[in-house]
Amino acid sequence: MSILDRHDVIERNVTLLLVLSLLVVAIGGIVEIAPLFFFQNTIEKVDGMRPYTPLELAGRNIYVREGCYVCHSQMIRPFRDEVERYGHYSLAAESMYDHPFQWGSARTGPDLARVGDRYSSQWHVDHLNDPRAVVPESIMPKYAFLGQTPLDTRLIGADLSANAMVGVPYSQAMIDNAKADLFAQANPDGDPSGLESRYAKVRVEDFDGDPSRVTEMDALVAYLQVLGTMVDFSSYDESANNR
Amino acid sequence: MKNSGWILVLAVATFGALVAAGLAQDELFRAHMFILTLTLGVGTLYLLRTGSFEPAVPVDPDAYLDGPIKVGTVLTVFWGVVGFLVGVVVALQMAYPDLNIEPWFNFGRMRPLHTSAVVFAFGGSALLTTSLYVVQRTTRARLFGGDLAWFVMWGYQLFIVMAATGYLLGITQGREYAEPEWYVDIWLTIVWVAYLVLFLGTLVKRKEPHIYVANWFYLAFIVTVAMLHVVNNLAVPVSFLGVKSYSAFSGVQDALTQWWYGHNAVGFFLTAGFLGMMYYFLPKQAGRPVYSYRLSIIHFWALIFLYIWAGPHHLYYTALPDWAQTLGMVFSIMLWMPSWGGMINGLLTLRGAWDKIRTDPIIRMMVVAVAFYGMSTFEGPVMSIRSVNALSHYTNWTIGHVHSGALGWVGMISFGAVYFLTPRLWNRERLYSLRMVNWHFWLATLGIVIYAAVMWVAGITQGLMWREYNDQGFLVYSFAEVVAAMHPYYVLRAVGGMLYLAGGIVMAVNVALTIKGHVRAERPLVPAAPQMKLAA
Repeated sequence: MSILDRHDVIERNVTLLLVLSLLVVAIGGIVEIAPLFFFQNTIEKVDGMRPYTPLELAGRNIYVREGCYVCHSQMIRPFRDEVERYGHYSLAAESMYDHPFQWGSARTGPDLARVGDRYSSQWHVDHLNDPRAVVPESIMPKYAFLGQTPLDTRLIGADLSANAMVGVPYSQAMIDNAKADLFAQANPDGDPSGLESRYAKVRVEDFDGDPSRVTEMDALVAYLQVLGTMVDFSSYDESANNR
Repeated sequence: MKNSGWILVLAVATFGALVAAGLAQDELFRAHMFILTLTLGVGTLYLLRTGSFEPAVPVDPDAYLDGPIKVGTVLTVFWGVVGFLVGVVVALQMAYPDLNIEPWFNFGRMRPLHTSAVVFAFGGSALLTTSLYVVQRTTRARLFGGDLAWFVMWGYQLFIVMAATGYLLGITQGREYAEPEWYVDIWLTIVWVAYLVLFLGTLVKRKEPHIYVANWFYLAFIVTVAMLHVVNNLAVPVSFLGVKSYSAFSGVQDALTQWWYGHNAVGFFLTAGFLGMMYYFLPKQAGRPVYSYRLSIIHFWALIFLYIWAGPHHLYYTALPDWAQTLGMVFSIMLWMPSWGGMINGLLTLRGAWDKIRTDPIIRMMVVAVAFYGMSTFEGPVMSIRSVNALSHYTNWTIGHVHSGALGWVGMISFGAVYFLTPRLWNRERLYSLRMVNWHFWLATLGIVIYAAVMWVAGITQGLMWREYNDQGFLVYSFAEVVAAMHPYYVLRAVGGMLYLAGGIVMAVNVALTIKGHVRAERPLVPAAPQMKLAA
């Protein structure tokens, strides 16, 4: 019991107690988190991932703002029932441009990792306006105000810059054209060539059905419609990415 | 004039907030800065009105500084009732979705309000209050740094107000239990460093050679929370005059950083800190020394070392690499041992004083707290087994687990501490009513039991329905059918929450009347032992 008796030294020395506590609590995080930044196989090799378009990013920010993550996960686990219900299990690569991640921790509502392209945009608008009009059992709040709120686009260029600063590969051209690209994506009657040259497989549509203006509803639905649709699974090598 | 320095600082800060509102780059930042202006302005006016020009009474350098602790005790009770009330509201919103009022009172904004109100406002105020009380009594020294304790107490309250109003406005980082945006995070960092200086400074000037075990836990809690908070909230703001920021990490790295933080918000905020509380108030109330000094050494170091590793158990079967998941599982299961070390040390402190459970409702509260601690730290490792988690993850079982820990352990031990502190801080002979403590105890215990039991059944039902296949190999239930099946459980859960809230209100009344100096004339809880009558 001699070691425990020596504990007396620590109990009489504030500095020692402080330094030892800090050392002891620091180890776990360093061993578990730091390697994720260095191991090459942490993020799978996939085709198709691109940064969000300005409109999708604005929609993602609304998703975050409204706390959708408290009820909806975006992480399909590799189980038979989940893959049949929601689609291919989620890859780390699919959220590599997500600052912050939105994997969630509860399924009060269904997983949304692959909700993109699953319903029409009109369905999403109807559902957000009054969830129980579309799904009688739903307990989701109404989000009709999104369709009445014009999207604040003043800072969208700065949004892209901030994302570039934390590692999302937005080019200078993408940042410079952020606002134009945002409006181009919500306007099916315009010329989307600039937008399409910068972002692959982009969905151009009047998402909220109101051609007169771009609302928060446009942005959120644009984001929902791209969720889980980027990776090309026909070229994905599952065994090579096992880790 | 008294407090003239603070008045000046507050007045300048009020003006600064107003300027920030004027220069705001987005409407949310403007609204939030107006709220800050209002809050700081009220603070300035309050100090101006209470200031006096009489020469300051010299402070006895050996007397304990109890002013901030009194404020903290009242605020703990206040935030407790607020947090439980918001909890009942969000529980009802899940049962009756028409109770959502868009945009400010939708569930997605209310739920962070509930979690932050109970964890950071109620729990945080309880930790601040008790740590400042305990550190003075166990070192026999006045709090370090003059007005520093006042700054920490009120600075922390400002953090709570800014965080809470931000959630309702829609200002959030979207990280569970770390929702406040970058500027509120920076403010909390400043307050937290001041708290560390205050606590350490008091330990340095102690008059006892030994640092008592409760202080080890409080110190580990303060240091670790500082580390977690800073790393998890690393972010790049879009504008220094706007609300939005983007986290430094993304995807899988961000997920593990967040749950390293999230799990240790439980491990250090809601466990280590409250163990510090247990190590002081339980022996005091029982009038017995801590059961084992050696056990406290072993379980302290083991607990703080192991807890940090447990984060990955929130991410089983996700895109987090398997090696990290396995590491998290091993440490989560090992964590059972030091947790029960604490429980055993707490419960066995009562050896020779078990009869007090019958006579003293405050001891009973503390014992039930430790019992719930033991139960939820057993349930936790069970849920950290990957195959169990495959069923429990994403379901209401997790919510039930959290609440048996939060309502049972954190809540009950805090109530015990509040009942211990109130008569002593205000020099009252006793609490207004011990019978009301007894009522509080039973309302709260019944509430927890209903809550936890209902959520177990709900969670396991939910998990099994999602994976139910029929003979033809098809999924049996649509997602919406599972949502509908949850309705009765959501209603019953709200009932459990209401009982717990009712207990909290009983406590608020009892504490308020004790502070006012009332003493209720009431029959003692346990009648005097019957006289033995010997046959003539």
